[in-house]
Amino acid sequence: MSNWPAAATRPARPGGFTLRKLAPYLFLAPFVLLFIAFIVAPLVYAFYMSLYRDTLVGGRQFAGAASYIKVTGDAKFWGGVWNLVLFGIVQVPIMLGLALLFAIVLDRGQVYAKGVFRLGFFLPYAVPSVIATIMWGYLYGPNFGPFTQMAKAFNLPPPDFLSPGAMIFSLANIVTWEYVGYNMVIYYAALKTIPSDLVEASRIDGASAWQFARLIQLPLLWPAILLTIIFSINGTLQLFNEPYLMRALARNTIDSSYTPNLYAYSLATSNQQYGYAAAVSFVLGIVIAGASYIFTLITNRRRPEQ
Amino acid sequence: MTATIDIATFEAAKRRPGERRRSRIILTLLLSVFLLYSFVPLVYLVLSATKTNGDLFTTFGFGFGTEFNLWQNLSDLLARDNGVFMRWMFNSLLYSTVAGLGAAIFATAAGYAFAKFKFVGRNLLFALVLGAVMIPQTALVVPIFLLLALSGLSDNPLGVILPSMISPIGVYLMRVYIEQGVDDELLDAARIDGAGEFLIFRAIVLRLVAPGMVTVALLSFVGTWNNYFLPLIVLRSQEYQPITVGLATWYQLAQQGGGGGEVLFSIIITGALVSIIPVIVVFLLLQRFWQGGLTAGSIK
Repeated sequence: MSNWPAAATRPARPGGFTLRKLAPYLFLAPFVLLFIAFIVAPLVYAFYMSLYRDTLVGGRQFAGAASYIKVTGDAKFWGGVWNLVLFGIVQVPIMLGLALLFAIVLDRGQVYAKGVFRLGFFLPYAVPSVIATIMWGYLYGPNFGPFTQMAKAFNLPPPDFLSPGAMIFSLANIVTWEYVGYNMVIYYAALKTIPSDLVEASRIDGASAWQFARLIQLPLLWPAILLTIIFSINGTLQLFNEPYLMRALARNTIDSSYTPNLYAYSLATSNQQYGYAAAVSFVLGIVIAGASYIFTLITNRRRPEQ
Repeated sequence: MTATIDIATFEAAKRRPGERRRSRIILTLLLSVFLLYSFVPLVYLVLSATKTNGDLFTTFGFGFGTEFNLWQNLSDLLARDNGVFMRWMFNSLLYSTVAGLGAAIFATAAGYAFAKFKFVGRNLLFALVLGAVMIPQTALVVPIFLLLALSGLSDNPLGVILPSMISPIGVYLMRVYIEQGVDDELLDAARIDGAGEFLIFRAIVLRLVAPGMVTVALLSFVGTWNNYFLPLIVLRSQEYQPITVGLATWYQLAQQGGGGGEVLFSIIITGALVSIIPVIVVFLLLQRFWQGGLTAGSIK
């Protein structure tokens, strides 16, 4: 305690000083260790694996970029990507459009029982996608699905939600059901940050509700909209749970390469082609990052003044 | 809130009351249609959980069955496969709770280091963390599986819990939260008083940022509870699996028919209903923290 006065102006002890320098690393350590163990290491190891080929006779052999060359020409992989591109073109605009509409209407406060709607729309997000798919699977089902029952009651041909042509819409419906409310809450939160003097100014200028939405709310929502589009592109290209479980209902419609993740999963588990499964995962990651990047580039070029 | 009120008064001033009321009713009806859509599968689930297996096939899906069979379904559910359902629920609760707590504490510690310390490699490391937010989660699943198989952690719950504790978005949220919510002078004052760095973190930082931590814990809890792909591929033994994997296995079994699969229908439906109750309760109770997390996500 002899150097107490000095401690008031400088760090307490020389030992304390070095500890202070060390402190940020100690605080980072748990996160960084897990990050290395479960993000960096799997990526490095999977990349290493992807350079080898598993053969029944010769065991594991170095194959260089052979797996990657194979993926670029693999009709099953790109067929899966194409399925999801079609899926996304239909589903993402519907989902985000509805979310935007609901957020604006609820923000305006021009409805009865606002809180009920806000909560009710968001509730499906709390349901795991596995459970959502099981529920919708039973609703679609030809055995005791209520839509089939209703059609039969009126002597109409029962709708076939599981046919090859309808499947993509049946899946899109499940994903839309799950995520409209989630995206709505993001937009709703962004709308709440619009400064009230803007609202005031537009009132004085006599803007209509539609003009206000188009000229003020949409531009200010633009960053949130971009974010949700990128999230949606990401989520769409990674689709796995819904098609994997719907396979149980329609094995002929959804094959083992219906989506790229389904393909990687079946390569790794049923076929034990680990090296190739790793290469497929990598290329999928690159496709997703590339799609997000291209999308960002396009939107930046479109709106240079923003 | 002021924005909403201003707009409402603005509309009120412009229109006649009758016209305003009509548009209000039309909009409410429009939203009600979608609300109905949001609740259709849930209502169906609740109704179906009260039916016998036979009634599932013979009575209307959106109506009640000939008898109220919920209690029997529940006891069938709990008895099936030596009571493995409760085991699955327990696993989900355990994995999600540990992952949620771990994610919150680790993200807070890392966020604190980024927010309040200058150190070598800070910007590079933070850029890496932000980059990781964009790594497709499911593209990581197969690599994690391959590495776990190598290290002997496959079919081990840690293979699901530990990866679920990593929350790059949580680190980002907590950095922002701590930068705005923890005063530098307060930390310096504690240092001058001779408090150690760990004590400062535990006694000051953790207390000030508790609401932010709840948000991160919630995001990770629900994310882990709803996760399917990772546990599906990592955990092979039935007694380790979480509820999502377990129920999905029953579902696929029932769909394949044969082996008494049909008897499973009412059990699966009842199990699905029971399994979503904890998440919905957590979600309703802690609503305000949810919105906090999503809002912060949208600012990025």
